[in-house]
Amino acid sequence: MDFSIIFDNIGIYLTGLKHTILLVSISLAIGLLIAVPLAVLRTSKNFLVSGPVRAYVYFFRGTPLLVQMFLIYYGMGQFEAVKASIVWPLFKEAYFCALFAFTLNTGAYTTEIIRGAIEATPHGEVEAARAMGMSRFLMFRRIVLPSAFRRALPTYSNEMIFMLHGSSLASVITIVDITGAARIINSRFYSPYEAFLTAAAFYMMLTFLIVWSVKKLEFRWFAHLRPQEAFQTKNRI
Amino acid sequence: MFNLHGYGPSILEGTLLTIEVSLASLAIAMLLGILGALAKLSKSVSLRITAQSYTTIIRGIPDLVLMLLIFFGGQVFINQMAPKLGNDAYIDINPFIAGVMTIGFIFGAYMTETFRGGILAVPKGQLEAAAAYGMTRFQIFYRILLPQMIRHAIPGFGNNWLVLVKTTALVSIIGLDDMVRKASLAAGATRLPFTFYLAVAINYLVITSISVYILKWLEQRYSVGVIKA
Repeated sequence: MDFSIIFDNIGIYLTGLKHTILLVSISLAIGLLIAVPLAVLRTSKNFLVSGPVRAYVYFFRGTPLLVQMFLIYYGMGQFEAVKASIVWPLFKEAYFCALFAFTLNTGAYTTEIIRGAIEATPHGEVEAARAMGMSRFLMFRRIVLPSAFRRALPTYSNEMIFMLHGSSLASVITIVDITGAARIINSRFYSPYEAFLTAAAFYMMLTFLIVWSVKKLEFRWFAHLRPQEAFQTKNRI
Repeated sequence: MFNLHGYGPSILEGTLLTIEVSLASLAIAMLLGILGALAKLSKSVSLRITAQSYTTIIRGIPDLVLMLLIFFGGQVFINQMAPKLGNDAYIDINPFIAGVMTIGFIFGAYMTETFRGGILAVPKGQLEAAAAYGMTRFQIFYRILLPQMIRHAIPGFGNNWLVLVKTTALVSIIGLDDMVRKASLAAGATRLPFTFYLAVAINYLVITSISVYILKWLEQRYSVGVIKA
């Protein structure tokens, strides 16, 4: 193994790293933004409201991300109406298509995660909020969602890692992310070990970064569950 | 819209291959999962560390990168090793084997966690009782541990299986003729990519929906003796 080719071409990997981070963070952010309202709609008892959300989640969780990406990147060109419309320049771009597919995919998974967390809200809290005369919106904003986010965090960190791993598929539609960089190096130097092991190391680093940040966040969000050391010591005196 | 222009049988062939790849990888994943779970719970420190690094490393790397590493790297490795063993011909790695090995290897790590949870959920007293009866370690595993851990492991196992089926779409990238690749070929010939990829997506939905149904049935079957509150 000769890792000097990696050091000589580290620039390609850094470009890849940038694109991976951009793709993952943008799709996670927008995915979360659409998932919160969708999760609230999904818990509705009216089937006309929850039905379309159910269908969306069912489709995007039941099919591979690769197929979803192909449907958007290659599939949209099949329709003359899309080709004639103003969004066509966007759908011609591999980058936009990957971002679009990732966002819809993570949006579906996140909707399910947040729905589960919302439904696990203790009923007493909801009753108390109603008894206080809160409107539905206020109740969601103040009572249901904050505690739902807290319950959803451990599962959501898994989703973040899955999205990071899923983003490697972007390399299939010509985007130079970390995997794309590795594929370039591999085909240029025919050195699969060096190329893909380096990519693996980059992904491991990002995975551990996510795990570490979520731990930090959990420490803050679950502050009320921590043993109150300072408080106890003070009382003992 | 759903005129497949005579490519229906080809897609169906690909679907069968997808199912074959999934089942073959599942077999490997379950074997590795059981071994990994037993290693993680064993008394030997070196076994525990091996299993722990296996699951940590696999879960930190994307499936695609691992698959490319095993497919391209394995190719180089075998052709470096083969001459030393007296074989001078160039050897091509079979993408079916590379795909199945990779997916099996990846999901072995996920299965390890699932099975570990299942084993831990079996009350320890039962295993001690079995040992007190003089059962051998294999008998304890086969008679006491396995039937009970299956019940606890089924929900996690089901999730892993559903993710595994979707991961098989990646084998199309290393040139295996699964349904995604068949759809790509058909899409290239007919210029109807949306139609064919949608057909494939629906096929996946059918497979996952049937799986969910079977898993529910299995879960009920293995919970027959359990009294629910």
